[in-house]
Amino acid sequence: MQLLQLLISGVAQGCIYGLIALGFVLIYKATETVSFAQGDLMMVGAFSGLAAMTLLGFSFWIAVPSAIVAMGIFGVLLERLVIRPILGQPAFSIVMLTIGVGYVLRGLITMIPDVGTDTHTLPVPYAGEVLRLGTLVIAAEQMVVIGATGILCLSLFAMFKYSKLGIAMQAASQNQLAAYYMGIPVKQINGLVWGLAAAVAAVAGLLLAPITFVHANMGFIGLKAFPAAVVGGFGSLPGAIVGGLVIGIVESFSGFYLPEGFKDIAPYIVVLLMLVLKPNGLFGEQLRKKV
Amino acid sequence: MRFIFKTDYNQDVKLAKHGGHVFWYSLLGLLLVAAPWVVAEYWLAQLTFVLIYAVVGLGLMLLAGFTGLFSLGHAAFLGVGAYTQAVMVNAGVPFPLALVCAGLFSAIVGVIVGLPALRVKGIYLGMATLAFGFIVEEGMARWEGVTGGNTGLSVGYPAIGGWTLDSTEEFYFLCLLVTVGATLAIVNLLRSSTGRAFVAIRDSEISAQSMGIHLARYKTLSFALSAALAGIGGALYAHKIQFLSPEQFSIIQSIDLLLMVVIGGLGSIHGAFLGAIFLIVMPQLISMGKDFLPAAIGGAAGLQGTVYGMVLIAFVLFEPMGLYGRWLKVRTWFQLFPFYRRGLFKRQKSFQKSDRLK
Repeated sequence: MQLLQLLISGVAQGCIYGLIALGFVLIYKATETVSFAQGDLMMVGAFSGLAAMTLLGFSFWIAVPSAIVAMGIFGVLLERLVIRPILGQPAFSIVMLTIGVGYVLRGLITMIPDVGTDTHTLPVPYAGEVLRLGTLVIAAEQMVVIGATGILCLSLFAMFKYSKLGIAMQAASQNQLAAYYMGIPVKQINGLVWGLAAAVAAVAGLLLAPITFVHANMGFIGLKAFPAAVVGGFGSLPGAIVGGLVIGIVESFSGFYLPEGFKDIAPYIVVLLMLVLKPNGLFGEQLRKKV
Repeated sequence: MRFIFKTDYNQDVKLAKHGGHVFWYSLLGLLLVAAPWVVAEYWLAQLTFVLIYAVVGLGLMLLAGFTGLFSLGHAAFLGVGAYTQAVMVNAGVPFPLALVCAGLFSAIVGVIVGLPALRVKGIYLGMATLAFGFIVEEGMARWEGVTGGNTGLSVGYPAIGGWTLDSTEEFYFLCLLVTVGATLAIVNLLRSSTGRAFVAIRDSEISAQSMGIHLARYKTLSFALSAALAGIGGALYAHKIQFLSPEQFSIIQSIDLLLMVVIGGLGSIHGAFLGAIFLIVMPQLISMGKDFLPAAIGGAAGLQGTVYGMVLIAFVLFEPMGLYGRWLKVRTWFQLFPFYRRGLFKRQKSFQKSDRLK
């Protein structure tokens, strides 16, 4: 029973990692760069949800979609303003740029007087409720995380499989030049991918908020989503979720069975092992660079 | 405009290419030697920090700027060097021996980290070094018998025999000596065949490989040298700061180090020094500028991070070659006056380079 309990908390945490990793993978597939700002976008998403509920006085069911949409628009603007001008430069320039964006976002949130330096709770309607099944205790927050991740994954899957936009995104990520010749507006698609990644990050932030509180440094959890993306294979969307689950479960079990301190580094040990044994991840395709 | 007429092949390998180099570097050397008598003690301490960070920056520049391998966990090497130095000096080992050991031990760790680097590239390498950095930081916090854990570890003054370098001036000269030595070593390395191999790997792995460069060996060597310099820098850092705790060597420090070489200018020795100056002077400038801002902005906690991020974004967008690139433009403007053209340094538009199968 304890095993199951650990498993459920690991899966719930893993879903968060998976959602952030999903953002990495979306951006990586579209622009072949890694966005270090993903964790901070998640933090801004949680703060915008908080602002919608406390400042604007929206109810939960209006605040959540409006925060997600706002973050989506923010992502599109971010791509247009700072990412698009430097596309084509070495990948590392863009990595440094996103690190810079992360610094600015975190700094600006911290600078908001009276709000930025405090921790807040997001007043969700399901806070504190638990489900008891025999000796098993499941918090409502965890169930919501798992359920919402499932729904989001299904809808993303449907979008990439059936909608014109999703297929265009897939085409642009496979070969930009060929997609451009087929009449796909690759630049706009890249912008929309950034918007989608920011919206997914906002979802992750809103789901995480009831579990860990909202504060300016919650974005550092993004650093644990990197292992998730690597374990799943950096170019695979289902891989990101599976990788997130693996990292979450490993973390939850190592926190219980291994000595103190292993919980924090277990994801990184997993990722190092993965890079040595299977560098392309669980779902990554084997690619070879041609001259 | 200066024209160098080459009449001898030895001119190609000389370190100082022309009289201007000799004059300006001699002047810089004189100023640095005279610094303890010229500047106040506080600024001398800051100058010492610049020199220490420059040593670390040289190492990272060799790896990132000249071999094209990016490390997101370089603070770990800094930490390994710092703790090695601290433990050995506290155990009574003479200072120079401890410094060499700190460098060597970091280099060995660098080789171990370099091993996965042989199989992965690009962003995966970044992930591997990031993961390694976290593991080392946690190790430093948990291995309390040696490192003192989160309570920290205090470090004594560097001592050789009965001579203790306990004044700011003496330690400054020690750092100056190490920095000059490291710089000359790197400059010489870069004009040797090993250095040329590094640059070839940076520009194209495939063409380097087909020229007969053993990728695995040179990449590992680059990691080892870079880690050794970071370790030596860490050893000096330990003495300067005199108190070590694991959070000094976290991911934030690693990112600061990267920021240093990117803002300084990737692929130039000068860049390491300019970046180090930036890293030390920037917080001072921000705290000076605070007085001129309204209290709500100037007193806010996140100001420094915001300014850092904005400067980083501005450099990547407008001056990808960093401070050194900007200096090159200014110098060329003066050299060519009045014939400088705006498009002189314009980069060619290139398609996005892809690692994927086409």
